[in-house]
Formats: sequence, structure tokens, C-alpha cells
Amino acid sequence: MAQLTYRDAVAAGIAQEMRRDPNIVLLGEDVARAGGVFKATVGLLEEFGPKRVKDTPISEQAIVGAAMGAAMTGLRPIVDLMFSDFFAVTWDIVANQIAKTRYMTDGQVTLPLVIRSANGAGSRFGAQHSQSVENWAMTVPGLKIVAPSNPADVKGMLAAAIRDDDPVLFFEQKSLYAAKGEVPDGEHVVPLGKANVVREGKDVTIIALALMVPRALKAAEILKEQHGIDATVVDVRSLVPLDTQTILREVAKTGRLVTVEENPRLCGWGAEIASIVAEELFWDLDGPIVRITTPHVPLAAANNLEDAQLPSPERIVAGVAQLVD
Amino acid sequence: MAPGVAARNPQLSISTETRLKLYRTMLECRVLEKRAYDLFMQNLIKGTSHLALGQEAIAAGFGTAMRPDDYTFCTYRGHNHTLVRGVGMTEILGELMGNSSGLMRGKGGSMHLTSVKHHMMGSYAIIGAHMTIANGAAWSAQYRGTEQVAVCFFGDGTTNIGAFHEALNFAVIWKLPVVFVCENNLYMEYTSIHDVTAVEHPAADRASAYGLEPVLIDGNDVDVVYRTAQRALEIARKGGGPSLIEAETYRHGGHSRADPGKYRPDEEVKAWLAKDPLPRYRARLLELGINVADIEKIEAETNAAIDRATEAARNAPPPPLEIANTDVWADGGSAWRN
Repeated sequence: MAQLTYRDAVAAGIAQEMRRDPNIVLLGEDVARAGGVFKATVGLLEEFGPKRVKDTPISEQAIVGAAMGAAMTGLRPIVDLMFSDFFAVTWDIVANQIAKTRYMTDGQVTLPLVIRSANGAGSRFGAQHSQSVENWAMTVPGLKIVAPSNPADVKGMLAAAIRDDDPVLFFEQKSLYAAKGEVPDGEHVVPLGKANVVREGKDVTIIALALMVPRALKAAEILKEQHGIDATVVDVRSLVPLDTQTILREVAKTGRLVTVEENPRLCGWGAEIASIVAEELFWDLDGPIVRITTPHVPLAAANNLEDAQLPSPERIVAGVAQLVD
Repeated sequence: MAPGVAARNPQLSISTETRLKLYRTMLECRVLEKRAYDLFMQNLIKGTSHLALGQEAIAAGFGTAMRPDDYTFCTYRGHNHTLVRGVGMTEILGELMGNSSGLMRGKGGSMHLTSVKHHMMGSYAIIGAHMTIANGAAWSAQYRGTEQVAVCFFGDGTTNIGAFHEALNFAVIWKLPVVFVCENNLYMEYTSIHDVTAVEHPAADRASAYGLEPVLIDGNDVDVVYRTAQRALEIARKGGGPSLIEAETYRHGGHSRADPGKYRPDEEVKAWLAKDPLPRYRARLLELGINVADIEKIEAETNAAIDRATEAARNAPPPPLEIANTDVWADGGSAWRN
């Protein structure tokens, strides 16, 4: 086991796969010589050379379109989109083209590509560089969606995403880039579509994603110490495909469900999980389902305003305590 | 404006065999689109359809010049570009009719004709996107060292969308083996392209912004198109990078099924019908001494082929219901949860 940062795990995952398969290529703005604006691709140009690691102009449509065309003709491209907010600039290519082409062509076209981006808040970048946009993608059939919470999952799920024959949107939470964690040595692959039970408790099941996972774990400690409430925490990790078996099993054990979402309120992924649990597990529930989210507003830049918007351990504690007490 | 390529290379000769192929290919496009129109009028084709009647010389000229493994990317006005890559008339009409004989068994429809085995990599219905995607196929060919070229067809209206400009810049800086072909039929949907464009020639006048040679050709002269295609393909294949070609043409009908095209002045329509690429080329073949019997044989064969294809497509059953939810994913399924 090595200690890696979340940021270094990105480069480690890409490098592991690029060593294995010469058809894997990486492109994006500042991704090669600069090593990425978040320094998540440092060393890749040096190891794999300018033919495989390519800087691009600020042309998100051209970048993602090139990845699609390359994927349909034999390469396995990885796009670095920099900020996930930039999906809005290239949404035609993602939502109309990449997501639908396999279906429309009756399976003739296969699109093994990954679009990485820095997602989420906590860095005081304001409303256009801090969004959690996984829900945009979740509304479009044909896109797989992954959002890891720790360095081991970054490396392992990125490897799985690169190996996957379908388009995968890989959301890295930008305020986790400096977080450290144990990453297994040697080849490391974490299958997509498997939720991870990161803490087991008997009173309530908290389901969280990305930055909300460490916050939910912190909340669980406080709940145990101050309220005597024992919480299960599930890191959902992969929104599409969604591991409903693990979710339903873990909610059934405690009879209580709380989702913690960084995205704005309306149609957040937690709403889909709440809907599934309500339909399929209603008679096992001991109380209403609680969703803790960022309010349905754009994100502010100031420290105290942004902090107040995102679900904090304290807000999670309050939401859970209200349900359980 | 630099003179057109063909004008500078008048000495390039085209064999009789190739000329007859060009004529046959144009004629196949013509009868296919006419039949698509008739089937629409009989309510056997639903949805919409964007016919390329009048624009056959561009598809035929490029289709004949391309190597079998070169890639085609085109727009929703792409029945002809699909046909010229070798896709059967039945498969095209079947897709328009939405039945099991269709190229994609009705899952795509008129605007999305694709046949990967013919290297016909798709018809794209959101303006501009496919220029960026064609770059990707060209990049892949460059990376794999296959000397394949991607040819991307688009309309004059595309020259005013952002992706056009992103794609051209990108293709030039990566020196990609891609040929961009603007089929300027003078109208973006229902509006004259001149009313909405800052320059006279929507593609050619933008070429210099990307360090490309402006190439403006008569898109209704199939010999000119064929020679221009040969040159651009050769440049791309030898590592010389992208080309941007503007081929002037005219669609004989409206933008789509819903559009009778009444906004076009009668004199303009008349003038362009006089430049119809098919009778024009037939006359040239006769002038060149090609036997009329050879031409008539092609005409008879083509007319018989479209009738056979129509019958086959009309008699095909609807697509099996079970494919409605298949092939979202590479495993053939559509599951988003376990």
C-alpha cells in the first residue's frame, strides 16, 4: 500500500492503463506540458510522449468531438475537460452525439471513451467553476457516471472506466485533490456499478457521493458520540450503473434513509434513490426519507456563503438526528 | 479568391469507365431521392426527410474518388452520401420507412444513416458537431498510420456555428487527414445564406482565417468535383493536412418535407435547374463520344434497381419490438441499475 493524493491517483490510474494499451490517448487543455491545471496529469507527457498526450486549444466541442471520432475508429481516448461546468459548452457532443450514437446505429458504433472533469465546490471559485453537474448527465440515457471519494477509488475506477467499452463521465471532486489515502500496489481496478459500504451501523443508512462521503463519515462520528446514533455510510461511487442492490440491502437493515448530495436540490440523484427505496422498500421503512442537499441556488464565492450552501457534517447530523430521535 | 483547383488542372483526364461510374452514381442518387419523395407522398415514410435532389454531383464525385476505407461524415441531408459508399437502396429506403430492412432497423431514421462496414460513419442532425467528430476519425487514422482520410460534408448554414470554427482550427494545428466539403446550396433552411453571413462565400472566404487555401468550385459539375476530391484526398493522405472546399450547388426542393421552398425566386430556381448536374453530364458524355447505348443501359439498370429496392423495402416487416430498448450499452442492453 502506498499513500497517494487523490490528484496523484488520477495520473497513476491513467499511467497504469496507458502502459497496458497503446490505443489509449489523452487530450485536453493544458493536459500535457503543464500537467493539468489541477496537476492531475503530471508526468504523463514525459512517460508517453506527445503522440499520446496532447494539448488542445480552448475548444471543448472540438476536443470532445475528436474523442468521439477517435473512439469510433479504434482508439480509447481520455478527455480532460478541466472544469465540469464546461460540459455546458460541449453538451451537444456529449448528450446528443456520444450518448445516442450506439443506440441510433443499432449497435454499429462503440464508444470507449472517458471524459474526466473537476467537479464540485469547496474551492471558492464561484458559480461557474464549482457546480456538481453529475445530475445533468444522469438525465441522458447512454452515459455512465462515476464520482470517486478517495484516492484508491480514483485510480481503480478510472482504470475501470478506461477499460469500459461505453462512454464514462468521470467526476473528480476538486477540493479532494489534496486528500491522501492508501492505494493498493500493483494493478488496481475497481469495477463500475458497485457501491461501497464504508461504515456499518444499525440505526440509519446515509448514502453519499464524492466530497459528501468524508462529510457523512464525520457526521457519523458525531452522531455516535453525541447522540448515540449508529449510522451506516454508503459511498455510492457510481451513479450509472447504480448499485441498487447494495443500497436497498443497507437501507433495509436500518429502516432509515438519508441521502447527502452536493448538487442543487431539484432532481438530484438522491431523489432517484429515494424514489426507488419508496417503491421497493416502503414497508421496511421506519420513517420518512430525508434528502440533504445544497439549496437550489447558484453557488457563491465567499468562504462563509459557500460553506453555508454545501451540506456540512453539522447539517447532516441535524438531518439524521431529526429522523432518528 | 483563388481559382478553383479543376480550373488549374484542365489537362487531368478522366477515363470513360470512371465517367460512366460518375454518371451511374449520380443517377442512383437521383432515383433514390425521387423515390423517397414519392414514398413520402404515399405516407409510407413518416417523420421528416431532407432530400439532396440537385446536389448529386458532390456525393458522386467524392464517393468515386474516395478509397473504400476512407471515412464519410455527413449531415441529415445524407441519403446520397450513404448510397455512394456502397450501401444498398433497400437498406436506405427501409430505414426511411422505419422497418426491419432498414440500415439500423428503424432505430435511427432518415437523419442518422450510418454504415460502419462501409466506413460511412454517420449522418449527423445537429449542425456542426460532425466536423469535430470527423477530426477524431482523422486523428485516429493519423495515429494508426493507415493513410485513411475522413471526408466531412456539411451545408452552408454550418459555417456560422461555433463548431465549424473550432473544428477547422483543430484540424489545422494537428495537421489532420480530413477534407471538409461545404455543399453551399444557397439556403440555410428557409433563409438565404447571404442574408445571414458576413462574407460572400461562406466557407471559402473563411479558409484564410485558418491558413487554408480557399477552394471554390462548381458543385454541379461532377468532373470538377471528382478532380478536386482527388487532389484534396491525396494531400491529406500524404500528410499535408486538411482542406476546405466550397462546392456551389442548389437543392431542387425545399429544406425538408414540410417546406415547399416558396421563398426562392422563380428565376433563380429556373437558372439552377438549367444547371442540373445530371442532364448536363449526360450531354457531356455524348459530346465525348460515349455510346448512347451505354448510357441508356445504365439508366435502365438504375430504374430497375430502385423498383426492386422499393418492393423489398415495402414488403419488409416492422422492426421487432424487442429492439426498442437494446444497444444503449456495448453489452447490447440498457440496464442502468442492478
